[in-house]
Amino acid sequence: MKAVYFAWVRERIGKAEEEIDPPPEVATVADLIGWLSARDEGYAHAFENPKTIRAALDRAHVKPDAKLSGAREIAFFPPMTGG
Amino acid sequence: MEIRVQRENFDAAAEARALTKGRADVGAVVTFVGLCRDEGGTLAALEIEHYPGMAEDEIARVVEQARARWPLLGVRVIHRYGGIAPGEQIVLVATASTHRGAAFAAAEFLMDYMKTRAPFWKRARRLDGSVEGWVEAKDADDASAARWER
Repeated sequence: MKAVYFAWVRERIGKAEEEIDPPPEVATVADLIGWLSARDEGYAHAFENPKTIRAALDRAHVKPDAKLSGAREIAFFPPMTGG
Repeated sequence: MEIRVQRENFDAAAEARALTKGRADVGAVVTFVGLCRDEGGTLAALEIEHYPGMAEDEIARVVEQARARWPLLGVRVIHRYGGIAPGEQIVLVATASTHRGAAFAAAEFLMDYMKTRAPFWKRARRLDGSVEGWVEAKDADDASAARWER
């Protein structure tokens, strides 16, 4: 699946998007955060405080317990500050 | 209903006029424009990042919720991204209805929900050349959005 990152999540990870291929046991958004955090310091820094991370699956907001199954795109970003 | 996410500025008066063009059943149009403040003369510009595709989709979902709650005859939402200087327009919400109550309430609801749900992020560039970290979400904005759930 494609992963996209915005604002300081993007800056800490050091890229705006990438293809990821998590193993089958990574079933939920929260699982994926844990799996990505184990990759390196940048990911760990981006995801160090789960309360400040928002996620979207196929461009719609989801909660951490949302299932990844079938989604083509996941996005991680901080709380929104538009308007 | 028209939703636009764009780098360019917009003409708020023209957007409001478009809501009533060719019809005589509209009794109230409310136009809200959000502007970039100079923050005590220290701000050079805001940089607004967005999630292309989702920004439009999420605003459309918020507009659908507004249309389900109030009898709206038209809605226009524009949100800009990129560099925005103090005094420039950032966001427009315009609502049309038969009566003012629905138009006022829907415009406020749309702004409150957009601020907490539409995927945009701001950061400040100062006149002294420094670039600050990303603006943090405010609890006050969450509280404003939560009012509508009571």
